[in-house]
Amino acid sequence: MFNLAGYGPQIFRGTIVTVELSLLSLLVSFVIGLLGASAKLSKSRFLRGLATIYTTIIRGVPDLVLMLLIFYSLQIWLNDATDYLDSIQNSVDFEVSLDPFTSGVITLGFIYGAYFTETFRGAFMAVPRGQLEAARAFGMKPFLVFRRILFPQMMRYALPGLANNWQVILKATALVSLIGLSDIIKAAQYAGEGTFRTFYFMSIAGLVYLLLTTVSNGVLMLLERKYAVGVRKAVL
Amino acid sequence: MIYIIQNFGREFLYTDGYHITGLAMTLWLLLISCSVGFCIALPLAILRNARNPLIWGPVWLYTFVIRGTPLYVQLLIIYTGFYGLDFVRNSPPLAAFFKQGIDCTLLAFALNTGAYTTEIFAGAIRDTSFGEVEAARSLGMSQFTLYRRIIIPSALRRALPVYSNEVILMLHATTLAFTATVPDLLKVANDAYAATYNPFASFATVALIYLCISFTLIFAFRKAEGHFLAFLKP
Repeated sequence: MFNLAGYGPQIFRGTIVTVELSLLSLLVSFVIGLLGASAKLSKSRFLRGLATIYTTIIRGVPDLVLMLLIFYSLQIWLNDATDYLDSIQNSVDFEVSLDPFTSGVITLGFIYGAYFTETFRGAFMAVPRGQLEAARAFGMKPFLVFRRILFPQMMRYALPGLANNWQVILKATALVSLIGLSDIIKAAQYAGEGTFRTFYFMSIAGLVYLLLTTVSNGVLMLLERKYAVGVRKAVL
Repeated sequence: MIYIIQNFGREFLYTDGYHITGLAMTLWLLLISCSVGFCIALPLAILRNARNPLIWGPVWLYTFVIRGTPLYVQLLIIYTGFYGLDFVRNSPPLAAFFKQGIDCTLLAFALNTGAYTTEIFAGAIRDTSFGEVEAARSLGMSQFTLYRRIIIPSALRRALPVYSNEVILMLHATTLAFTATVPDLLKVANDAYAATYNPFASFATVALIYLCISFTLIFAFRKAEGHFLAFLKP
């Protein structure tokens, strides 16, 4: 049924790239989201303002625009920075070049970090204050409070939002092919141009995405059940 | 940046002298895709809540497929895929339709936002309180009147906050139009970048314009929420 005309390995490699890209972006945005949420809830007015500006701007500007902006500008800034380093130290030739994969991870992580910030902020606030006070009264250090008390309870509230964000990230990786990454879409485009069957190969790319979103939905549902241990649901 | 605004200002706002471009094109894409999407979504949302699986099944499949795949893939299937199919190329009206970048873009956008909006409205209809429907039935309303007078108005109001989110996301999604050669804001920014080799100034300008549209939309929706959701206020 599936006649891939020899493009099978290419499409498979593209799928792997897409999955890697989304998982790494998830990791980056997860960390940025935790930091951003802590900044938004911190006592320092400067940090709060910074985090608010970050989330407002990122969520108000389309991701594709930000992606092109960061992808093209970051390389120029890096070149300027390395040129400057060259000028102070003549003996070594500094050079950093960004491949589409790295910039894709940085950009997607940076963009979706803003969405994660909002998700985590809500989840942090949902954990009762008394829990944290009790932990501190036991003499736990701030990081231990975070690891043992805040994080496990916060995840319970954050998971539905996280699941949503993950689906959006997975679908946003499609945009990275626009800045030249050879992901599943590029592979499907090549295959389509080579065989004049664009519709067929694009549909296969769509099916792969559908499979990825469906499978990850199942995994997230299991995770939700795990973190909801100890919560009694109302029986209607 | 000033050079870009001087040279591409008119293109960014409404025209390059021959076509509608930039802001006007982006808003046109947003308006058409959201209105068509709304018209698709309303009947489908009602069917989505039907009891018969033969009725809600196809609607579920439509929203599942559209929401599970990236819009870019859908656009590529419609724009580059359909024109390669024999039956499309052999029928002049279809060929004429799928040859035009803007037609394909609008079709893809409308189908996409239609699926998300269907789920939003279906959720709101599902959450209609039991008492409202019971009261309407006890007054002897027919099924049609019940939907027209009670369920739809109340569901649309309650869906407004989520729907406003979807419209903002759709605004962000219109940036994909430039891949189908539609001269929207991002296409103009790309041209400005190609002409000046100054990526930051070109894309930052367009990012600011998008930011302004987003804020205007958010403000307008908040006003609308204040008006239409006044009955839910404490």
